[in-house]
Amino acid sequence: MSHKIVSKKQLSKNVFTAEIEAPLVARAREPGQFVIISINNEYAERIPLTIAGADPEKGTIRLIWQRVGKTTAELADLKQGDEITNVAGPLGKPTHLENFGTIVCVGGGIGNAPLLPIAKALKAQGNKIISILGAKNKELLILEEEFAQISDELIITTDDGSYGRKALVTEPLKELCQRSPKPDQVFAIGPTIMMKFCCEVTKQFNIATQVSLNTIMVDGTGMCGGCRIEFDGQPKFVCVDGPEFDGHKVNFDLMMKRLNAYKDQEQKAHEQYKKHRCKIGLDR
Amino acid sequence: MTDKEKQQLLQQLLEKQKTDKLKPTDRYKIPPQDMPEQNPVTRRSNVNEVATGYTETQARLEAMRCLQCKKAPCINGCPVRIKIRDFISAIADGHYKKALDIIKENSLLPAVCGRVCPQEVQCQQTCTVGLKFKDPTKAVSIGRLERFVADFDQNVGSIPAVAAETGMKVAVIGSGPGGIVTAADLRRAGHDVTIFEAFHKTGGVMVYGIPEFRIPKAIVQKEIDILAKMGVKIICNFIVGRTRTIEQLLKKDGFDAAYIGVGAGLPRFMGIEGESLIGVYSANEYLTRANLMKAYDFGSGADTPIALSRKVAVMGGGNVAMDSARTALRLGAEKVYLVYRRTEMEMPARIEEIHHAQEEGIEFHILQSPKRIIGDQNSRVIAIECLKYRLGEPDDSGRRRPIPIEGSEFRIDVDTCIIAIGNIANPLIRQTTPGLNFNKWGNIVVDEETMATSVQGVYAGGDIVSGAATVILAMGQGRIAAAAINQYLEKKKKK
Repeated sequence: MSHKIVSKKQLSKNVFTAEIEAPLVARAREPGQFVIISINNEYAERIPLTIAGADPEKGTIRLIWQRVGKTTAELADLKQGDEITNVAGPLGKPTHLENFGTIVCVGGGIGNAPLLPIAKALKAQGNKIISILGAKNKELLILEEEFAQISDELIITTDDGSYGRKALVTEPLKELCQRSPKPDQVFAIGPTIMMKFCCEVTKQFNIATQVSLNTIMVDGTGMCGGCRIEFDGQPKFVCVDGPEFDGHKVNFDLMMKRLNAYKDQEQKAHEQYKKHRCKIGLDR
Repeated sequence: MTDKEKQQLLQQLLEKQKTDKLKPTDRYKIPPQDMPEQNPVTRRSNVNEVATGYTETQARLEAMRCLQCKKAPCINGCPVRIKIRDFISAIADGHYKKALDIIKENSLLPAVCGRVCPQEVQCQQTCTVGLKFKDPTKAVSIGRLERFVADFDQNVGSIPAVAAETGMKVAVIGSGPGGIVTAADLRRAGHDVTIFEAFHKTGGVMVYGIPEFRIPKAIVQKEIDILAKMGVKIICNFIVGRTRTIEQLLKKDGFDAAYIGVGAGLPRFMGIEGESLIGVYSANEYLTRANLMKAYDFGSGADTPIALSRKVAVMGGGNVAMDSARTALRLGAEKVYLVYRRTEMEMPARIEEIHHAQEEGIEFHILQSPKRIIGDQNSRVIAIECLKYRLGEPDDSGRRRPIPIEGSEFRIDVDTCIIAIGNIANPLIRQTTPGLNFNKWGNIVVDEETMATSVQGVYAGGDIVSGAATVILAMGQGRIAAAAINQYLEKKKKK
């Protein structure tokens, strides 16, 4: 069964979104879950992507991805009407939803995509949502409007000050933690380094913090163990034990190193692909 | 012996047989036929099958070594009770199609089983010829003969007959060896069968785990194609427990019964320091990248990377450890060490795999086990620190217990470690199927007579029931389950 791209849009220089036909996943998915896709059956790579939303009636899911390597670049070159051969899911444990009270949702870069359905669902549970969205600059900020709709308070930060506050997300996060009463729960999703520092802040204030991890995976069903992280000193598999974890117990330093396991090979493949698409005229 | 000499010998034996003068002593004199193989140096740099298969002459000679014992002790050694004596007799007579039909009465995947069954601890262990020579490797090579007739059929390719449609729907979860035979047996009975596979390709462990040089993927694909031609529906990228639960399949999607054959699941790690370093793989991951994703073609056709290793240590002594070590060689490693804490005697791997690995230059480090894995400042593996072991008294498994020798630490420089010490049950079905009973290891509890689980209409078999086992055991259990499901559905239909 192939999966048609119903619509596709570029959100920023390297970030894309597409609505993809996947009726079974659309019906079954819950916030916090992801899919594993591969573009074709000719030895394309399997990559995990979080489900940013779904329309069960239409039978579509919404994916958002950043162009970082060959597969994500290839995906970015597909057009409306094109097909993806494999979409497997939904995978991972759904987010634990509850009325916690006040929740701070911290999104960084592409992390806003997985954060959105979680924030929406938490809002529906009756939580007060304070969102902090961070990006390098105004251009790279995504999903602001969607977050504005569901947030009781929305704080934007950019590294260069081109939009919102010139700060890292940890600054407003710290200020919120100092408020009285302090927030009941924090969800932080974004680059690993951002999640690490968010957790360092919230730890000082003893505020429970959930992070969603996006490690290297092959099967996504527990079989390979490639996605393992160190959690509280023990190995855990992101695909079946996560993707959400208590951020205060995650060894982020080791995780960041593991994410670079194939960096050289991936770069080479991406370069090769760029050359290839240049030759066939996609770059014009 | 040259080919010509073999042909002459075969002619002489056939003449003798015609006059009924072929005695057991004559049969003992026939030299055991070696399996033709790619030479070890050549095959280290390709992924083609190592054993290339008997010629007709060889097969008939080997078949004539069989004494045709009245009691046929070999049959009791076979988990699915193939009529071994009869199929071998048919080969000796040159009736290969008949031989295959005899095998297919009991086994549906002879091309696979002939290649990967541990015959030396099954049918060939009890073979009278082997016992006579006090050497199991001199027993009649039943597995090689099974493979010979199965491959002979590759060109024939018969589609089993399917009974009239019963209108009953069965879900088969997992497309490994157990799922394939279960689906075939159920479809033959006329049921509407759907196989659900979590991966994007069918075949289970035969496709992601066992390498091409042991089972060519084309053989597995042929079995899948036969299922499709019989009318079995196959749905990939469908994770039962996530995409739909078993409960939903049975209560909402109209399935009347289900068979769970999802395999073992999660890889076991050793629990030592350094197992999360870059360059440490579970055997499952390493083999999946190499086999299913074809990582050896990275950059020229395949998109999945794998470590570019120079020195590799594989921990474990089973077939999966041998597969990993030999795959690492084929991926270009200069040195591959197999580290095992007991001795070669205790290794669970098939003798042939151990032999092939040694021939190819895998260095066996027996009576050793890693204490920790050492990394550099970038968390990449640079060495393992091992302890030496000695063997003590036998443990529960009957094998002598390995005891570490204190203060015997030493270092082996490696850049890649592959952990091949087995699997634990995948918790997905457990987490999502209320009412299904599991044992303390997370394996599904079944009635061994029928493979029925604690949930009505749900059956299970293979590694998710027995822990890590073999293709043939999974297949045997699948057939028992299929027979029980057929009965169950017949009763259900009458109601």
